[in-house]
Amino acid sequence: MSAYLAIGKIRFLAGMQYRAAAAAGVLTQLFFGLIFLMVYVAFYDQGGAGQPISLREVAAYIWLQQIFLSFIMLWLRDPEIFSLITSGNIAYELCRPCRLYAFWFAKLLATRISGAVLRCFPILLAVFFLPAPYALPLPASPAAFALFAAALLIGLCLVVSISMLIYISVFWTMSPVGSSLMVSVAGEFLAGMIVPVPLMPGWMQTVAYLLPFRWTTDFPFRVYAGNIPIGEAAWGIGVQLAWFAALVLFGQWLLNRALRRVVVQGG
Amino acid sequence: MRLYVRYLSLLFRSQMQYPSSFWLLCFGQFFIPFTVFAGFYFLFERFGEVRGWTFYEAALCFGVVHLAFSIAECFARGFDAFSSLVAAGDFDRLLVRPRSVALQVLGSKFEFTRFGRLLQGFAVLGIAIGNLQVEWNAVKAATLAFMVIGGALVFAGIFILAATMCFWTVQALEVANIFTDGGREMAQYPLHLYERWVLVFFTFVIPFGAVSYWPLLSVLGKTDGNGLLYMVMPLASVLFLLPCLAAWSFGVRHYRSTGS
Repeated sequence: MSAYLAIGKIRFLAGMQYRAAAAAGVLTQLFFGLIFLMVYVAFYDQGGAGQPISLREVAAYIWLQQIFLSFIMLWLRDPEIFSLITSGNIAYELCRPCRLYAFWFAKLLATRISGAVLRCFPILLAVFFLPAPYALPLPASPAAFALFAAALLIGLCLVVSISMLIYISVFWTMSPVGSSLMVSVAGEFLAGMIVPVPLMPGWMQTVAYLLPFRWTTDFPFRVYAGNIPIGEAAWGIGVQLAWFAALVLFGQWLLNRALRRVVVQGG
Repeated sequence: MRLYVRYLSLLFRSQMQYPSSFWLLCFGQFFIPFTVFAGFYFLFERFGEVRGWTFYEAALCFGVVHLAFSIAECFARGFDAFSSLVAAGDFDRLLVRPRSVALQVLGSKFEFTRFGRLLQGFAVLGIAIGNLQVEWNAVKAATLAFMVIGGALVFAGIFILAATMCFWTVQALEVANIFTDGGREMAQYPLHLYERWVLVFFTFVIPFGAVSYWPLLSVLGKTDGNGLLYMVMPLASVLFLLPCLAAWSFGVRHYRSTGS
């Protein structure tokens, strides 16, 4: 276990070195958040009443997305792992006395956390003090906030376990770009990154609810905003855990199969 | 010009070495803006219209901006990926060759997979035009063509400006994304939706408004101004591109190599 913690810590510290990049990212995310919100403000001006999610809740949804962007982006990739597989250096990884799945999992998790830690506080500070329709509202209740924190962490693990599947698929395809692009585009759409899930038409929502993607981000953010009541949220966390267990088991099985027939490229 | 064509054919052949990845990427490039368009459509389906703009009117705006962006991305991709040239010290090699530096940077990258995105822009534009009740005439058609070209020039100008910053910062700055990706996301809706300062900034400082929003008002008959005046408005993009190119050549003169 301590080996996995150590690799996580190294990754985290390496990520913390890029402070200028993080400052630039903060500005970018503030801009994107504002632009998205202005569009929703304009839409809600017309037919705001009777929508399944209120403008206030949308504001929370959009800002949380921007703040925790590195938790949820599926296209955030670690080029190192891809080049390990395609260049044949995977042989070194296999010599290490630890389980490959857990090793990579810890690595990816730490990269995402360090990305968010640097960025979230300045954005948080800025968005709480924005004028009325644009500000990030406070959580619906203390209980909602606690559930949100738990759901967000499990969601993060879910994202990593989904992206692990993308890495493992490279054992077969050998070129990461095509397959990972398709999965991340579809996944981010179904996670409500482009339009919040409650604003999608009914049939699209049904699709989104059947797949694991919406449990990564859409669910925790709506718990924060109070769009999902407490009781339902507690159930939701159970569903999240079930998905997580299933994805990890599937990923490990797939990785074992891949390693059994792995051809080390290069000499 | 012949040199540029040579560059293109070289890059095309090298990208075709991985055909399955190439086609998947092409398809993915078609797919990314498609999900954005789907989101765009879902919002209009739910809310009807927005501040007096119907779905098809706004879709025209969307199509023009995405088409312009993909054209700029296809051709000016070399500037977009410029930081890797500087960081690796490869830029020195371009400087010693007896050809124009800007041309070599342009030819250093060309993403053929972006054609997927191009196709999508055309499709949206086609849908919008097919469903709008607009009396088309020569002036309006010319306005639309100018809008696409002007938009591509504005995006290209931003790519060049971002590349120029690399002379000093070495690393690419994510801030530039505000104006490339952010500009695209923003300008795909009519600028009328946003707060007033956004409209002013993106008309006079970075002329997205001049290539999409204002001429569109005339094409859709939302204003009684002189059509010809609106037709030439996208030419403001040239006024934007020139200082960008000037900044670029200033940067080239102050370039200090990072290579070893």
